[in-house]
Amino acid sequence: MNLILLILLPLLTAVLILLMRNSQQVKLTALIGSVAQLALAFALLLAFRNERVAGNEAQMLFELQYNWFPAWNISFHLGVDGISVAMILLTSFVVIAGVLVSWNVTKMTKEFFFLLILLSLGAYGFFISLDLFILFFFLEIAVIPKYLLIGIWGSGKKEYAANKLALMLMGGSALVLVGLLGVYFGSHQKSFDLITLANTHIPVEVQKICFPLLFVGFGVFSALFPFHTWVPDGHSSAPTAGSMFLAGISMKLGGYGCLRVATYIMPDGAKEYANIIIVLSTIAILYGAFATMMQKDLKYINAYSSVSHCGFVLLGIGMLTKTAMTGAVMQMVSHGLMTALFFAVIGMIYERTHTRQVNEMGGLLKVMPFITTILFIVGFCSLGLPGLSGFVAEMTVFMGSWQHPDPFHRIATIAACMSIVVTAVYILRAIGQTAMGPLKEGYVNLSDAKWNEKIAAIILIGGIIAIGVAPFWLNDLIGPATQIIMNKLAAVQPK
Amino acid sequence: MIEVIRITYYIMNEFLQIRLLQVLPIGWNFGWSLLLIPLLPFAGFLLLGLFGRKYIKNSAGIIATALLLVSTVLSIYIAYVYFFEYGKVMGMYQKFVPIQFTWLEFSQGVSIDFGVLIDPISVMMLAIVTFISLMVHIYSLAYMKGDERFPTYYAFLGLFTFSMLGLVMASNIFQMYIFWELVGVSSFLLIGYYYNKPSAVAACKKAFIVTRFADLGFLLGILILSFHAGTLDFNTLVQRLTVDGSEELHSAYTSTFLGASALTWAAILIFIGGAGKSAMFPLHVWLPDAMEGPTPVSALIHAATMVVAGVYLVARMFPIFSMSEGAMHFVTYVGIFSALFAALIACTQTDIKRVLAYSTMSQIGFMMFALGVSGSNLKNGSLNYSGLGAGYTAAMFHLFTHAIFKALLFLGAGSVIHFIHSNELKDMGGLRKYLPITNITFLIACLAISGVPPFAGFFSKEEILLAAYQHKALIYWIALITSGLTAFYMFRLYFLIFWNKGTIVHGEHHGEGGFAMMLPLVLLAVGAAFAGFIPFGNFVTADGKPMEVVFHWQFSIAPVSIALAGIFTAMWLYRKQNNKPVAIANSLNVFYKAGYNKFYIDELYLFITKKILFNLVGRPAAWFDKNVVDGMVNLTGNTTQLISEKIKEFQSGKVQQYAIYFLAGVIGLAVVFIYIWK
Amino acid sequence: MQPGLYHILFISAALFFIGVFGFFTRRNLITILMSVELVLNSVNLNFIAFNKYVWPHKMDGLFFSIFVIAIAAAEAAVAIAIIINLYRSHQSIDVENAEEMKF
Repeated sequence: MNLILLILLPLLTAVLILLMRNSQQVKLTALIGSVAQLALAFALLLAFRNERVAGNEAQMLFELQYNWFPAWNISFHLGVDGISVAMILLTSFVVIAGVLVSWNVTKMTKEFFFLLILLSLGAYGFFISLDLFILFFFLEIAVIPKYLLIGIWGSGKKEYAANKLALMLMGGSALVLVGLLGVYFGSHQKSFDLITLANTHIPVEVQKICFPLLFVGFGVFSALFPFHTWVPDGHSSAPTAGSMFLAGISMKLGGYGCLRVATYIMPDGAKEYANIIIVLSTIAILYGAFATMMQKDLKYINAYSSVSHCGFVLLGIGMLTKTAMTGAVMQMVSHGLMTALFFAVIGMIYERTHTRQVNEMGGLLKVMPFITTILFIVGFCSLGLPGLSGFVAEMTVFMGSWQHPDPFHRIATIAACMSIVVTAVYILRAIGQTAMGPLKEGYVNLSDAKWNEKIAAIILIGGIIAIGVAPFWLNDLIGPATQIIMNKLAAVQPK
Repeated sequence: MIEVIRITYYIMNEFLQIRLLQVLPIGWNFGWSLLLIPLLPFAGFLLLGLFGRKYIKNSAGIIATALLLVSTVLSIYIAYVYFFEYGKVMGMYQKFVPIQFTWLEFSQGVSIDFGVLIDPISVMMLAIVTFISLMVHIYSLAYMKGDERFPTYYAFLGLFTFSMLGLVMASNIFQMYIFWELVGVSSFLLIGYYYNKPSAVAACKKAFIVTRFADLGFLLGILILSFHAGTLDFNTLVQRLTVDGSEELHSAYTSTFLGASALTWAAILIFIGGAGKSAMFPLHVWLPDAMEGPTPVSALIHAATMVVAGVYLVARMFPIFSMSEGAMHFVTYVGIFSALFAALIACTQTDIKRVLAYSTMSQIGFMMFALGVSGSNLKNGSLNYSGLGAGYTAAMFHLFTHAIFKALLFLGAGSVIHFIHSNELKDMGGLRKYLPITNITFLIACLAISGVPPFAGFFSKEEILLAAYQHKALIYWIALITSGLTAFYMFRLYFLIFWNKGTIVHGEHHGEGGFAMMLPLVLLAVGAAFAGFIPFGNFVTADGKPMEVVFHWQFSIAPVSIALAGIFTAMWLYRKQNNKPVAIANSLNVFYKAGYNKFYIDELYLFITKKILFNLVGRPAAWFDKNVVDGMVNLTGNTTQLISEKIKEFQSGKVQQYAIYFLAGVIGLAVVFIYIWK
Repeated sequence: MQPGLYHILFISAALFFIGVFGFFTRRNLITILMSVELVLNSVNLNFIAFNKYVWPHKMDGLFFSIFVIAIAAAEAAVAIAIIINLYRSHQSIDVENAEEMKF
């Protein structure tokens, strides 16, 4: 399995899209490309499992290393472990669903799909790079298309939203860059290589400065309170596929970065700031949930609930136990699938009703049973119904968090647990008002989902159920990788 | 064929890591058939849910019923085999875990395992759940006929039955939690079945959210237990937490919070979870509203099976509860209070289903305090809970009989509603002429619930009262009064429906609902009449050792006479139409009103949620986010913009101005380099 | 009296500031160009004077001044070309009229 394929394939697709003549060809190319991505991701999963089953215990598999800029010790270093494989799988699911639901885009089709594929390229590159410079490079590639996607194909206050999102994410990347440079020079290694950095002990003083920079920088992507306000505005203005990519992929870049870069190479810093992370993420969980209760726009509801759900990712990381971290990664995957599906459904509903205000809808179950069924499923996933992915991830985080016996962690965990009730309140409110109740006039002749929407939804639901019903494979995939991070954390001398 | 089975078995073993944990006695090798019991209804759910609307719309009910019939037969067969052939080893009923596999491992030893736990209560519950569910399936064939979403209805019923069976069989507390949530959601779906009705939508949301709130307690209880015991497996939990001097028990006893030990907290929190599902005060508010669902659903979920899940949970965790006196007292007092409270409300309600709902709550209160009092003879920390716990058997017995006669009551009510198209008692009266079978079966059920010998309720209630009597006089007396009230409101209901007013003229006299509706009524009536003669103590006890329950006829005098007093009062007041009830209601003005308005608990909740949570937490949070947090972000942007507005004026396009800046800059730099920087 | 370095520097400074003053105050681009020439020539004077008084045995200052004269010629040519173009588009060579290139 050559990891470079994961970069070449989207690149090739993107180039081919630019060469196509009409929108039909563009769409087909994008679809074929994304199917190939999905196939590649599955091939990667299988190859990874085979290697592991065959007893290959190396931390990173399928490593590749090319010199890129020897003067500064930057190399094109790729490799995957369980966490990356899970994230790549997630990305490929979201990409194919995103391409499918964008089937009706008529405005500048070629550019639209080009940007979508470019974004996926950035995400794949990010997840497989083991050199922090390359990682940063791909992170930036993943940011730019979002600006354009929202600015051109968005709705509502799209310029404002696009600016806000791009500026906040760029601000986050700026912090990341500063942090990376700090690590580069502070570690006395003059190296951007993740593994090299992880195997050296970075001086504690450097960690104390660089950890918050990196964590907050990546945290902005992952809606760390109080840097989450790009989430509601960005999502609500973005086109459907844009929201899906934004929430499903790019918010995960942040969580992955927090875990893989910040926490892994700077365990002292992580221990130093763990309590602050816990406080911030607990606030995000509860406060996001309460703020969601008051929203009336479906996209705002999902955006704020994303803030709440991404809080679990950061909480899991901040708890610094293996179980909680595994839960955090599971939550990333689960939330990615779920929120992408949620946005897809919202897009489908909006296309038909031309409104996203919950109080203007009602009784849609009657006219579009398929779409509302998806809405039910995704809502249940969001509120943590067993059998769907959200439950597994949240419970793993809770179980991991509860391993700390001191009151501080206990209170944080209990507060986080409370969100499952609040989540139920807002999800049921939204579903109750849109899907149930008497059918509003003017909605009688609405049509149900079309083939592309059905396939997109089924793919994502398949992912959600696969995790929800059989979480052990994901656990087995992620567990060893988080164990390595935990070993690194455990090796740190307690203060 | 054998090849296929072999390969399937291989795949299951390899992929799901299923392992047979225990070498079972000969004849017990039907592990897979145990799995079939819940999986058949689930298959029905999938089949009808995916294809029901398009392909098998008309035969949906038959398919679901047939699948469930197989489940029922299997579980009754297993009950037979367990109780009479293989369950007893050395005179004790054993716990078996024939199937178990690790579903999700959290950390060493702490994992969610999916398994099947076979012991007296689970076997008993399997039989009763499948049986009642089958009755409801059959009944619904007629009751729901012609409904637009007929397949969906059966799909949801299948989902519910699957989840309930999974809950019953759970071998792991987290597995129980999982199915606990699933029954919650199927209840939600079924209450909201008539999704066009705003009241149904409100009711289903309420049910889900209230029980969800209780589940939070359950979850925290699980977390506490798992932390101290280091396991989630029921058997291991019980083993570790009931052995004197074990490390786990020590840690659970010694870590305290607000004066109670972790064990007590865990037990109380888990009980709160159970109280939510079982509609114990003050988490009962969802149950009366849940009557918005189709009536057979109320019979199945909100009377016979799901609402007793809380009792089942406490019974399942009984050894652990019994280690904590505080928790047992909590269970007792919540149970007895709910029993009395609900009985009082039931006397004043005018909606037939609501009366039954409150009566359900009251009866579950009976089961709860029966469990609570049965631990009373245990000394805190004592190891030996065997031989005692008469209340445990009584609670399980009452659960069993209650499921039968309450399902019968609801199905009877459904039959009445089917006939009269209204839930209100004022629209009813004199129906005995039109619905003879319903009349008789309903009467049997009323007698059973009132505790009149020899009907089923008499025996189980008697055992409960006996256990209460041995425990504490106060509880016994309250229970006695409640049992009188029960007889009163049940016969109030009975007389108001079938007697009272003369014949009412009804448009279409279609009479009884047909064979499919009558068969379950008759079967259940037979059960309600004779189930009491089962010597329950021989089968279900706290420790698995058969127990002889001795009846003293002297003891029965008080309960039976108070029940008869209740019945005759109801007869006196309601048999003929008169104005005595109104007069009494008026004389009890305030109390009657309070009871009629359910003691204003709903209003209190509404106040807490609407006023406090929404207005004092949600709204400020949303405001804070929009104005303060986002305000900061916008402020940064605006400040930058303001500064750049000012700066850009330097670029005026006037060449000479640039030259002046340039010159000033050069002079400035010259000054700096000459005088300052040197 | 033999003029000393300071005399020449004084003249050169005066010339420089006259040029600068003209550059700042004139509106006519030709006059501005002439002012620039004054500035350049003051620099030339400086070069020559320093060369003569400080390092008499070297020729660097002379080379530089010749270089400056050559550059000034080229610059004048370019500047006048610009001015002519500007005149064609604006019908004036007033510097105040050519301020399109701003924020």
